[in-house]
Amino acid sequence: MSTYTTEGLLTEFAPQLARPNRLWYAWAVFFLLLFVFGMFGLYTQLTQGHVVTGMRDNVVWGIYIVNFIFFMGVSYAGALISGVLHLFKTSWRKPIIRLSELLTVVSLMIGPVFILFCVGRFERIPYLVIHPRIQSPIMWDVIAISTDLVGCIIFLYLSFLEDMAHLRDNAVALKMSQWRINLYKYLAIGYTGTPVQQKLLKFSRNVMASMIIAIAIIVYSVLAWIFGVTLQPGWHSTIFGPYFVIAAVYSGTGTLIILMWIYRRLYHLENYIKKQHFVNVGVLLFIVGAFYGYFTFSDYLTKWYGSARMDKLLIDKLFREYYWLFIFSNYIGVILPMIIIAFPRLRTINNISFGALITILALWVNRYLIVVPTLETPYMPIQDTRMAWVNYTGTWVEWSLTLAGIAVFCLLFMIASKLVPIIAVSEMVEPDVHKNKEDVEILLD
Amino acid sequence: MAGNKGSSRRKFLRLGIGLGAASVAGAMSGKLLASDENPETGKGEKVKVLTTDGKLIEIDAEQVGLAKKKDVYISREEARKGIPNRKFVMVIDLAKCRNARKCVEACQEGHKLPKDHEWIKLYMMQDSADSAPYWFPKPCFHCDNPLCASVCPVGATYKRSDGIVLVDSERCIGCKFCMTGCPYSARVFHWRDPEVKAEPGSMYSPELNVPPLEGTVGKCVFCPDKLRKGQLPRCAEACPMGVIYFGDLMEDVVTNGTETVRFSELIRDRAGYRHLEHLGTEPSVYYLPPVTRLFPVDRGYDGLEPEIKDRYNKAPYIIKKRKKQ
Repeated sequence: MSTYTTEGLLTEFAPQLARPNRLWYAWAVFFLLLFVFGMFGLYTQLTQGHVVTGMRDNVVWGIYIVNFIFFMGVSYAGALISGVLHLFKTSWRKPIIRLSELLTVVSLMIGPVFILFCVGRFERIPYLVIHPRIQSPIMWDVIAISTDLVGCIIFLYLSFLEDMAHLRDNAVALKMSQWRINLYKYLAIGYTGTPVQQKLLKFSRNVMASMIIAIAIIVYSVLAWIFGVTLQPGWHSTIFGPYFVIAAVYSGTGTLIILMWIYRRLYHLENYIKKQHFVNVGVLLFIVGAFYGYFTFSDYLTKWYGSARMDKLLIDKLFREYYWLFIFSNYIGVILPMIIIAFPRLRTINNISFGALITILALWVNRYLIVVPTLETPYMPIQDTRMAWVNYTGTWVEWSLTLAGIAVFCLLFMIASKLVPIIAVSEMVEPDVHKNKEDVEILLD
Repeated sequence: MAGNKGSSRRKFLRLGIGLGAASVAGAMSGKLLASDENPETGKGEKVKVLTTDGKLIEIDAEQVGLAKKKDVYISREEARKGIPNRKFVMVIDLAKCRNARKCVEACQEGHKLPKDHEWIKLYMMQDSADSAPYWFPKPCFHCDNPLCASVCPVGATYKRSDGIVLVDSERCIGCKFCMTGCPYSARVFHWRDPEVKAEPGSMYSPELNVPPLEGTVGKCVFCPDKLRKGQLPRCAEACPMGVIYFGDLMEDVVTNGTETVRFSELIRDRAGYRHLEHLGTEPSVYYLPPVTRLFPVDRGYDGLEPEIKDRYNKAPYIIKKRKKQ
């Protein structure tokens, strides 16, 4: 029942792919400046040592690790959402699935970089390959993340393939410059849409979709186990694997909604990304948010009620020194988005997007509250150390690199949206396949 | 004071872990028999040793490998193996500690550590509001089930056959996972360049871990360089109160330099325990409870630099005292 044609869509999206306008350049310069600021921070850290960060002997992991978990979470959520939407052939996925796939790869390229900032001697990172110890959860993470990166790039590329071919075939009509034609020709690797090619492509995309769902769950659990395997109060929890996965999907769904909101306005995609899409993804946000709230409550309730000495110290700290952050991330961050989506009257595009923004911020704070207060509550009371070393506060160096990370995230999206239509043309023109038996068979192959 | 104490201590030490050292030296250098021809090994030096049937006899130092040993260079590879037939153990007598901090100073000096970098720390502990406060020296516990070594992704930190857990600064990538893994906060990080240069000609060994390296993790090493020479770790040697006993579990003997005792008897008679036993890390450091103390606990604050005194501002005992005033 698809009413779209390839040519029609390409003509409509052509201005998006045309030479960037002044606004684009203005934003690009802004983000580049942020990036340069971050690089200056990095330079400071490299020349003066990690002493310029807020990290000290007790709180050895800070904002860098929080950003790492955060970007990885957004990425896995993108993988989960696009994988699930693809496999279940959800008909409303079409205009937003590319955003979701891009989200996966872009954030996955940024997340692990924060680890490098946190590592004391990053010129020794190759030791992870030269002297690997498979017993270490960090090694599990290295293996999992690299697998994930490869898998997600393949999945993204497969979803690009048809569009690349369309762009190549319509290059003349779209008046594209020569380098673009060459690029698309190269990337389309001779795909012409013969029945055999189509079948192969469909099959590989289904395989990759199911694989990245599994990989995403495994990778994020492994990340959670880095914390879970230690004995630290607040980390040593069996619930951490699924908790992290759910929290990741929550933040990722929020990020997807924000991206939908931005691109809808920027490229005037009101006819494609409709209110219904916001509501549908919003409902997903609601369900995942409910799970996230449940896991959070369950985790802290058992710690608080049993009141083992260290757990009590941690809960006391959270409810005293971190009171507002805790309330924001674990109450407001759950309840507010849920209320917005629960009441039909509140479900406007802007409201849902606002809820999503709260979600993202809440989840960043949630990771902060997982990492920092626990490290401030070690088994040995913090004594015989300089008073300035007791509590953690991020320094400008850490914040500058955080901003740089966000800037690169935006820049990569700006570049990607200039290279491929932000709405997958091949998806849009594809007929709805619910009744098509052949596809079910391919899926089951 | 340190000077004349040192010589008497060395003598006792020879008595203490001398017997075992003979076999160590034999195994290590293999020159027990050939040593007569070596002019550098202090031929003719006599030492008193305790025989297995309890007699005190005087014999050639050479014969039992107790002649003054030179520093041997232990390579990074060799430092992974451990001293054969040894299982080192430390016992800390909390009844004697008065926060003199000589252990901290000796450790920092011996390992060329910057001032803000301690491998042994002193805590003012109070287990609950009404229980008695006490001073608590805390080196690395050299656990038999060391989480720090388990989680290290590159094998920079490792457990040796003699029970010692070391860090190889040349291998460490500085990920700090070991620091979050250790429940005893035994590990410290070089946040800035320690600005200590290696002495010309000296080679790096994880056993001494000098020079310290920026961006890597450091911690107490139990001074294997001293142990190889049959001497006590620097902290035990420096303690004016004889708080720290050190020895070998295989020989079942520990000494603080002035007193040599059977480890098992000491632990049995004085109800020795290990800190946070329930975590299952199996520490190699035992504590004797702070009973019949030599000093009132307040003495620990005497003569401290203001900066160091400030470090105990959050200790519960101090808070309680201040409230009373």
